[in-house]
Amino acid sequence: MRPILFRDALLVDPVAAEPERADLLVAGRSIAAIGAGLGAPDGAEIVAAGGCLLAPGIVDACVFRADIEAAVAGGVTAALLMPDQNPPLDDPALVERALRLGKPRVWVHPLAAATRGLEGRALAELALLREAGAVGVATGRRAVADSAVMLRVLTYAAGLGMVVVAHAEDGALAAGAVATEGEMATRLGLPAAPAAAEALAIARDLRLAREAGAALHIACVSTAEGVALVRAAKAAGQDVTAATAPEYALLNDHALMGFRSFARLSPPLRQEEDRLAVRAGLGDGTIDMLVSRHDPRTSEEKRLPFADAAPGAAGLATLLPLGLLLVADGALSLSQLFDRLARAPARRFGLAGGRLCVGAPADLVLVDPKAAWRIEADRLPGLSGNTPFDGLPVEGRLRMLVKGGEPLCGAPATPRRDEAGRFGDGRAERS
Amino acid sequence: MASLPPGAPPFAHRHLLGIAGMQPWEISYLLDAADGWVDHGRAARKRDERLLGLTQINAFFEASTRTLLSFEIAGKRLGADVVNLMAGQSSLTKGETLLDTALTLNAMRPDVLVIRHGASGAVALLAEKVGCPVLNAGDGRHEHPTQALLDALTIRRRKGAIAGLRVAICGDILHSRVARSNFYLLTALGAEVRAVAPATLMPADVEAFGVSAFTDMEAGIAGADVVMMLRLQRERMEGALVPSTREYFRTFGLTTARLRVAAPDVLVMHPGPMNRGVEIDSQVADDIQRSAITEQVEMGVAVRMACLDILTRPLRGWSGP
Repeated sequence: MRPILFRDALLVDPVAAEPERADLLVAGRSIAAIGAGLGAPDGAEIVAAGGCLLAPGIVDACVFRADIEAAVAGGVTAALLMPDQNPPLDDPALVERALRLGKPRVWVHPLAAATRGLEGRALAELALLREAGAVGVATGRRAVADSAVMLRVLTYAAGLGMVVVAHAEDGALAAGAVATEGEMATRLGLPAAPAAAEALAIARDLRLAREAGAALHIACVSTAEGVALVRAAKAAGQDVTAATAPEYALLNDHALMGFRSFARLSPPLRQEEDRLAVRAGLGDGTIDMLVSRHDPRTSEEKRLPFADAAPGAAGLATLLPLGLLLVADGALSLSQLFDRLARAPARRFGLAGGRLCVGAPADLVLVDPKAAWRIEADRLPGLSGNTPFDGLPVEGRLRMLVKGGEPLCGAPATPRRDEAGRFGDGRAERS
Repeated sequence: MASLPPGAPPFAHRHLLGIAGMQPWEISYLLDAADGWVDHGRAARKRDERLLGLTQINAFFEASTRTLLSFEIAGKRLGADVVNLMAGQSSLTKGETLLDTALTLNAMRPDVLVIRHGASGAVALLAEKVGCPVLNAGDGRHEHPTQALLDALTIRRRKGAIAGLRVAICGDILHSRVARSNFYLLTALGAEVRAVAPATLMPADVEAFGVSAFTDMEAGIAGADVVMMLRLQRERMEGALVPSTREYFRTFGLTTARLRVAAPDVLVMHPGPMNRGVEIDSQVADDIQRSAITEQVEMGVAVRMACLDILTRPLRGWSGP
């Protein structure tokens, strides 16, 4: 393994207040040195970073598919896989298999199904699943409807020291709904549930987790009331964390206009005041993590009338540029962004990574923050490109991905404008 | 009343997918054209040949009798070859995606497609995939534009104009595409529109349509020039959204006594089919002075003839009046 020396990079360590320009040396599987004018060891690969961002590899705390191509393209070096697989991750053998899906390029960390078959009735074999490698327990795409079952999940997981990842949507209110209640759903004539469906579920799970003494993680906060509940629980000292996806901080339910099924998400896109609250929650740390909720869907699942289309969006390949959009927008600082993207998830789920310091694992992204490109659904790397951001111009392109000290290829180069002024994907230029 | 701006094409849309986004003069243009077809429909010989040789497919993915019949008669009176596809029951849709069905239909080379579907937005989705004009005959809870046009034509012929009228639309607004299309159309033409429904059948933020919401029937229809009743589906009145049929009739049913608070010359309308004794009393429905319910059906044919005529003009080489 050749050492790698990054010269003159803008180092983004999530715990530092400000990024600093310096050199960084990778030797073996970890960061060996940081400083100005580092000497290059023999045989080292020298990367002239030219002020590009060098940051910890993204630890994506929520993906629904182990889509390795998309992860590599998006600078994701570790991903927490939700248990909603086919079959659900309620058996140790399935967890062991999931663990191997991405190695060596991306480390997939499975979350154990909270209940057998994710049916919300009987406890899954959580201790065996943990032994097999599950890093937490998750309710999956749906909340556990029965409060007694949820209390048992939380109590049992607390005994094992596992974090419980809860989907926060009241099942009865959300049943059949494909949009959040409000003007847009009314105009489009779509079945809708009130935003309170999320608050109800968060309030219940917070209370049950307190009862059980469990560590709770809200998989996706999308409403103003949800943010307020998490904020209050944290202020009261409860062991709770929360995540959201870029969609909820950047889009509102106006994206449904024209029945665009790429904007059909679960939880649904909310109204503007909710978006602003989510954005503020990400900034002040109420929402700890920014996750992709990567859910690639085939065109057969999406090219349907809005209410019949499958929910979910592909998000791995766009997580970083959309995060940088929030930075450009003033919602987050660069350090905060990489805290939400890497450090907070790593800490919460006991994973290595998320830091840029000597001795930390060499999972790194080198990002050209000013490289402009356009998100195009039919050109996104990975299994599918169903993104509600189709057509959006963004900045920030991965130049290099290092996983465990190894430089990874496969990340597309910075796209450039062709003579007609369009953005190409630049793949031809890379070789 | 908005009039046609000079030089503009009178109806510059390829499809008729909804009333939302239509300009007042476009609506008026369609209504004027439809008005011209009313007398034609009353003559002994009703055949016009302008759509001769054109194929019209009525693809209904949701059961319908009256709307399908109305579109079929409208097409035939214009000379088109009309084919009905009850896709809801046909093997065409079994295991086949909606878009494959659209491609199949398109390969039959229709000149105009009339589509009804149970999902909001489905007709617009299909319209993207076919090479001919598409008429929305109702998509989910979203829009039913020809119904709103025929309602407007009925009102205009009875009342002379729409601007300034107070129109109360009463009943299951939440699930009604008729209500939504009427909100857009009547507010665009300057009517004062009221949405009257029990709170469980009133959609959120209904005021965004520019209408006012009432959960009390008497207050809602007070002084109304037009009372438009909506059908309440049976499965929604047995405790799910309203407690019972008799409670609904007591609180929201349109009776002669209740109608006294409306304007003396109030016009009563219903898109059909009616649930007599649930949302409307027979005495009101059959009152020939006030009820326009059968007239609505007649206007339906005229409106659909106008829409079929106008939408097929480009392929008939028609180039302006």
